[in-house]
Amino acid sequence: MDNTVKLILREKEYEVRQGMTLLDALKKSQIIPESVIATRDGELILDDEILKQGDVIRLIAVISGG
Amino acid sequence: MKCRKCGEKASVNMRQHKLALCKDHYLEWIPEQTDRFIKKYQMFSPDERILVAVSGGKDSLSLWDILVRLGFHADGLYIGLGIDGGINYSNESQRLTEEFANQNNLKLHIVEIEREYGLSIPALSMQTQRGLGKPCAVCGLTKRHEMNRIARDLGYDVLATGHNLDDEAAVLFGNTLTWSADYLLRQGPVLPASDGLSRKVKPLCRFYEREMTAYALLRGINYIYEECPHAVGSTSIYYKEILNQIETARPGAKLTFYLRFLEARRSGELFVEPNLEAAHLHPCTNCGQLTSAPDLCTFCRMMEKVKPTPV
Repeated sequence: MDNTVKLILREKEYEVRQGMTLLDALKKSQIIPESVIATRDGELILDDEILKQGDVIRLIAVISGG
Repeated sequence: MKCRKCGEKASVNMRQHKLALCKDHYLEWIPEQTDRFIKKYQMFSPDERILVAVSGGKDSLSLWDILVRLGFHADGLYIGLGIDGGINYSNESQRLTEEFANQNNLKLHIVEIEREYGLSIPALSMQTQRGLGKPCAVCGLTKRHEMNRIARDLGYDVLATGHNLDDEAAVLFGNTLTWSADYLLRQGPVLPASDGLSRKVKPLCRFYEREMTAYALLRGINYIYEECPHAVGSTSIYYKEILNQIETARPGAKLTFYLRFLEARRSGELFVEPNLEAAHLHPCTNCGQLTSAPDLCTFCRMMEKVKPTPV
């Protein structure tokens, strides 16, 4: 059974194992936690959220500039 | 994590404040804090007319939304830059800004750089030394000039921009790396009005960029998510990423960096403020905005060299 969680940031996809916190998943994917906001099914989720099998986490980049 | 105010599931956690809030309480907290900063830094009073510079991005649209929710008289100004970059960037930004204004029944002024001066920002950049390679410097200069011109011409009391704390910290970081004292002395939540220049304020300057993104998402504000194609790889984004790495390891580091700077600047601990008259600021002979350059300001000098014809 697939026990992965998918993180999507712009066009990039990352896979992590279920049961991790969002914070650990971001760090493992080498994404700076302060630079994104995570959503699941349109709801904002926080760093301590435990990611479950089949979750699709959409990451919104917060940095803009120029 | 639970909301500190009601105990429901939190949507936003601000580690620098040790504060987690649910959606409803977060959407109350942001305007309350904005109002507090407006008063603390004496940005403007309820009877003054505010022109909000809106780009279609999360910060400026959120700022407009917040000011209107607080009951201020705030109109919008959109500056059409003529940037396409393969993603129809300016047109899409304008569409989202107009959509927001229409949905909320707000007054929006639109200025097209190409219509005013005959050249879009990318085309103007190609013809100037300042813009060779990257149009960001020409874009920034032009936006500052136009925001000020419109605010002054239309009789607004104050010009408000959506700069957040990450914007301010990145500028501060860059100017600290080079110890650019002149720029450091000018940075702050309020730039007072002077001859030819409107008062400029930054009511969001104490909110993290992440907080403003959360506000826009939770308020359902439809903003342009794509980066300006010319900003990709910019120094300011690089500085923001570095500061976010520090913030991840040391929550509150960005806030402390900015607030301690403001305090040091205010108290005169770091710098002795020079006499502005001694800096020989005078009105530009063409547009009247204050400049330290002889005769023409930098913008008018650039336009004189390019000599574009309005469309």
